[in-house]
Amino acid sequence: MSGDGMGLWRRLRGLVCTLVALYLIAPLAIVVIISFSAASFLQFPPPGLSLRWYVNLFDDPGWTNSLTVSVQVLVPSATLATLLGTAAALALVRGRIPGAQFVGALLMLPIIVPAIITAAALFGVYRGLGLNGTLTGLIIGHVVITVPYVVATVGSGLRTMDPRLEDAASTLGAPPLATFRRVTLPLLLPAILSGLLFAAVASFDELIVSLFVSTARVRPVAVQMWSNVRGDVDPTIAAIASLCFAFAFLALLAEGMLRRRTGTEGP
Amino acid sequence: MAVTAPLVGRRALLVLPALALLLLAFVGPVGWLLARAFTQPQVGLQNFEALWQRQGYLQVLWNTVEISAMVTPICVLLGFPIAHAMATGSPRLRRWLVFIVLLPFWTSLLVRTFATVILLQRTGPVNAVLIGLGLTSEPLPLLYNMTGVMAGALQVLLPFVIFPLHAAMARIDPAFMQAALTLGARPARAFFRVYLPLTFPGLITGAALVFISTLGYFVTPAMLGGPRQTMIAQLIQDQIAQFGNWGMAGALSLVLLAISGVLFLLLHLTIGLKGAMR
Repeated sequence: MSGDGMGLWRRLRGLVCTLVALYLIAPLAIVVIISFSAASFLQFPPPGLSLRWYVNLFDDPGWTNSLTVSVQVLVPSATLATLLGTAAALALVRGRIPGAQFVGALLMLPIIVPAIITAAALFGVYRGLGLNGTLTGLIIGHVVITVPYVVATVGSGLRTMDPRLEDAASTLGAPPLATFRRVTLPLLLPAILSGLLFAAVASFDELIVSLFVSTARVRPVAVQMWSNVRGDVDPTIAAIASLCFAFAFLALLAEGMLRRRTGTEGP
Repeated sequence: MAVTAPLVGRRALLVLPALALLLLAFVGPVGWLLARAFTQPQVGLQNFEALWQRQGYLQVLWNTVEISAMVTPICVLLGFPIAHAMATGSPRLRRWLVFIVLLPFWTSLLVRTFATVILLQRTGPVNAVLIGLGLTSEPLPLLYNMTGVMAGALQVLLPFVIFPLHAAMARIDPAFMQAALTLGARPARAFFRVYLPLTFPGLITGAALVFISTLGYFVTPAMLGGPRQTMIAQLIQDQIAQFGNWGMAGALSLVLLAISGVLFLLLHLTIGLKGAMR
């Protein structure tokens, strides 16, 4: 009797899993296929194949400019977010901070508070400072949005690391900086790199803050995509989307390999 | 100990750069925006009165809560079997599922929403399949209505419910279910009385994360919804971009923040934020 119920549940579970997996993957597959389309509008299935939209991506000044802006924002903001976030995680997990839990929650706020509020607030304050439409303004916004990812990733890395290893090093006479450089940093490196990756991807994909604080002249890829999606849609947007997707895929693969090599648990 | 004591003190200072940035570039500006609610166009509560009196604004608030309340249970129902398969299936199946669930999580929201538009448009593959199967003769209107918003939001929000649920399920000792079954409980009873209650911490956390995230949605309703699915984030953007009405933008932000804040507080009190953040 009991076997029947379990069997039914297993079959139902299998069905739902397959359908949901399909539902999660299908949009990505469709975007990749359409990016190679020969048609000049979003037709599925495409009538023929071509690389013209990838060529267009690197020919059209609108797209090349926004790619440049995205990279100019991504590199400094992901670097800064990683530095600030790693330092903060070290302080929160290893240091003794009064009200550490409160400070930790405060650092997570930018991903809890709806992005529209952060975006509107930064836009409003930037007006007085002349920061709207500048790389500096975008970078500050992106660091704020991405620091929580780094704090969370590096923080969980630190929590799974045995503090006695560091204690042993300092007991054996290593100065604090040497302990950090020779013991803490190598052990923590996979978590820091994951944090960096997370921050980079989040910065590249960030739309809402960028939408508010950017202008037509300084416009990252996500905003360029947004204005395209709402206006004339041609498959160039599918080409850039496929590139983003390929980047995420490689990042995820690299992260998986990194974790397997170091044997650390995923989040 | 004498060696490490000063080190610990200095380590705490490492939080200061991040904290300073957050105060200057986040807490300060958000505070400024929220203060507009009470100061513009003049000091007082007129923005909240206007919000309360304007039928259109209340409708948007209602849409926002309605959409969140509809997305959440569907997310839980669809996420539950996946999380269960992840927790009890073979390691191979688990790896595949984690990969499939995480992949879209790493792909931009805009890209996925845009893909959903292609999928659901009148001439899109979903309608083609439905017509091909003879389920409908005319293409169904799947976009610019509630169906579109649901489809897009679920795509994005499923991981939020799957991972906390999986974490809760992975902690459940399979011996509990075995014991219930051996003692004569039918599978359905064993599931509802033993297994399901043990997943509640993950389930509630996931559901709350989904609900709260949906409240602030902007891209999904803007691209996949119609006028009837306008949400509060779009209204905030309109107030600023079209009318320069910072007072109303501040008031709406405060309302959005208050609803999310209260829900987070409830979650914290019932489950604990530690559990909520995995």
